[in-house]
Amino acid sequence: MRQRAQIRMLADGRRMHLHDGPIDLIVEAFGSQRAVEMAYHAASTRFVTVLDELCGELWYLRRRCSPENEWPQGAVARRMVAAAMPYAPQYFITPMAAVAGAVAEEILATMVAAVELSSAYVNDGGDIAVYLSPGEKFVVGMMERPDRRSLLGTTTLHAAEPVRGIATSGWRGRSSSLGIADAVTVLADRAAAADAAATIIANAVDLPGHPAIVRVPACELAPDSDLGDRLVTQAVGELVSEEVHHALEAGSRTADLLLRMGLIRSAALSLQGETRVVGDVGQSKMIATPLGERGYAHA
Amino acid sequence: MADDAIRCDACPVLCYIKPGRTGSCDRYGNHEGKLVRLDPHVVLHRALERGEAVKPFLERGREWDGTLGSHGETFVTAIGAGTTYPDYKPAPFIISSQVEGVDMVTVVTEGIFSYCGVKVKIDTDRHLGAECSTVRAQGEAVGHVTTSEYGSQMLSLGGVRHLTGGSRHEGTATCETLLNLCNGKAVELKIDDGAKVVVQAGQPPIVDGVQEERMRVGCGSATIGMFAKQWFGKVDEVVVVDDHITGVLSEHQAGKLLGVPETGIKLKGRRSTPGRYFQVAEPGTAWGGTEIDDPLTILGKFNAKKAWPGLRLLMVSTTGEHHGYFELDEDLKPKEKELPVDLRESVARIKENCEPALCTVLFMAGAGGSLRAGVTENPVKLTHSVSDAFTRVTCGGAPVYVWPGGGITFMADVTRMPQDAFGYVPTPALVAPIEFTLKLADYAALGGYVEHVRPLSSLIAKDEGRQRVAARAENPWPLESGMKPATTVKSKKR
Repeated sequence: MRQRAQIRMLADGRRMHLHDGPIDLIVEAFGSQRAVEMAYHAASTRFVTVLDELCGELWYLRRRCSPENEWPQGAVARRMVAAAMPYAPQYFITPMAAVAGAVAEEILATMVAAVELSSAYVNDGGDIAVYLSPGEKFVVGMMERPDRRSLLGTTTLHAAEPVRGIATSGWRGRSSSLGIADAVTVLADRAAAADAAATIIANAVDLPGHPAIVRVPACELAPDSDLGDRLVTQAVGELVSEEVHHALEAGSRTADLLLRMGLIRSAALSLQGETRVVGDVGQSKMIATPLGERGYAHA
Repeated sequence: MADDAIRCDACPVLCYIKPGRTGSCDRYGNHEGKLVRLDPHVVLHRALERGEAVKPFLERGREWDGTLGSHGETFVTAIGAGTTYPDYKPAPFIISSQVEGVDMVTVVTEGIFSYCGVKVKIDTDRHLGAECSTVRAQGEAVGHVTTSEYGSQMLSLGGVRHLTGGSRHEGTATCETLLNLCNGKAVELKIDDGAKVVVQAGQPPIVDGVQEERMRVGCGSATIGMFAKQWFGKVDEVVVVDDHITGVLSEHQAGKLLGVPETGIKLKGRRSTPGRYFQVAEPGTAWGGTEIDDPLTILGKFNAKKAWPGLRLLMVSTTGEHHGYFELDEDLKPKEKELPVDLRESVARIKENCEPALCTVLFMAGAGGSLRAGVTENPVKLTHSVSDAFTRVTCGGAPVYVWPGGGITFMADVTRMPQDAFGYVPTPALVAPIEFTLKLADYAALGGYVEHVRPLSSLIAKDEGRQRVAARAENPWPLESGMKPATTVKSKKR
């Protein structure tokens, strides 16, 4: 079988690009040159089998999460289930909700286990797993809408704070959403947890039955969607500000609940130009810092 | 499972993909039942002759022939370059190349434009619909009729209100219409209380099933004015037949000034001012946009007191496509004769002055602050640099007109771009290429991502799916130094 995965260094000579099927990762590690090389070697060795492992259990990972189900075999799949399971009794969720974060986490964990680094991140299409050794920090750019490159601002993760995972979900993104949020960005202790939580909160930002929202059964768009015939958002007409507040309020209530359950550290919810922030974790709080002279982040 | 979906085997996810959709990777799609790799990245090559088949950028297993790289002969377009979606980062390609010893930088990205549309110019005098009438595609409102221009009807299609402000169907119909027009495909449009017109960039319009051939040089009256001197002395009377205004030389101001004597001619239709007649016949597709095949049917009897046997009469349509030469017999009845040699030239000149009727499509969009942020850390500096003409903007390598004022609002002729330069995202919004070219030093000065600049030669070493296409000869070469950018209006210094 031919080598399917693509592994290459980006033009800056610092970041590594890993690509296989729908998985697209940007990896960067900081440390001694030798350490970075070893970390990249470990990451790419681990990476080449990830997609096959996931696809081997795809039928399972596309099923609704339930405590009665058996656990899957693959390490990434287990990360996905672990992240999605807390929501299983109350919400509709499949392990796929956490796939991007789980892949990022797995690759990051492989690097960190292989060698001592000062810091590292794996960015899986906007869902980011971060490693910080003591004293290190990481600056993240945040978008208001994933289809527009408007940067809401930046947030800084500090080693002393527990946040190591960032994820964004919304109906404009690559995966389908049951809600109408343009973007929900979540900070959590781990990337897979952030990914699952962002999905749940984005689903909750909603105005059920609103005529300006176009919804289509997910299977009509992609016959093998894990969302089956659930209605996913295809378009959101202009909403009056009361409606925007109402939808954001619904999402914020869910975010607040997850916060109190300890599942997330912070969340920023955006809808048609309005943003709500839930949670505050000291220095890693999700307050958008306006773009300064060097506002853009590596993410 | 839907029958029309296909199974993608590009990776083990094995997505079922419905027609017109992409798999979970967004890289492979179902195009009319076939699995296709989307968006090959287009690289213009100056040396390739136009019309030469598109070649793979670098065929597998073959050595690079060394023709690309340092001589400014290759220009990397944004077509298929990808956007920075979904994470925020510098534009996907920031390419340096040397042109006449100056380091040039081209920042290449595919912009996702919600604020975009097309302005369509349809060369026809035919009434397509009243100003402000809604233009529909697939029954959905996709734009409106705007102010007509000389000899042409104008449509304004797309824009953010139709793309994202209405129903999903309106949005997708608009997006599809724009995409097809921009990619040079034919689109059928229906104007409320007006015509059905098939529009395709660079092709004649088809109005209610009839293809337009030529734009008239002017109305019949204007044609009289333009050619009166050339006719004077060679012919006694000229009638220029036109659907809108038919002109008569002897009665027309231009004929009077020259001293052309009255001829006793009588026109059907409604006289507007001397020598100008409305409604000489019903509109149609024959003489001058009327329904008549025999021009004499629009004439009444010659006035016996004024006309004379042997009177020489030229009848010609406003496009010169139809003409007839007559002389009056003893009973003052026009008899067709061969067109005298000295009149042939004037008829030929009318025709020569009538350009082929075409549809032209200008893509118009605004590069938002966020797109500009992919070019420089301080987006407004890019705006200033563009308006001060230090930075050249191109669209798939084609020149653009940058509208003065704030932001970077530009227009580009879609026929000057490589094939299928446009894409879409289901938002719906159009994906269009946009490139910014400037000197490396200027790029650094405006806060560019200099650390992301890579030499052109680095592009050739990897990445399958890159297409090398011939640059269009009529386009200025995007990297040419000393070439003025398409914009000529300089903004005031801030």
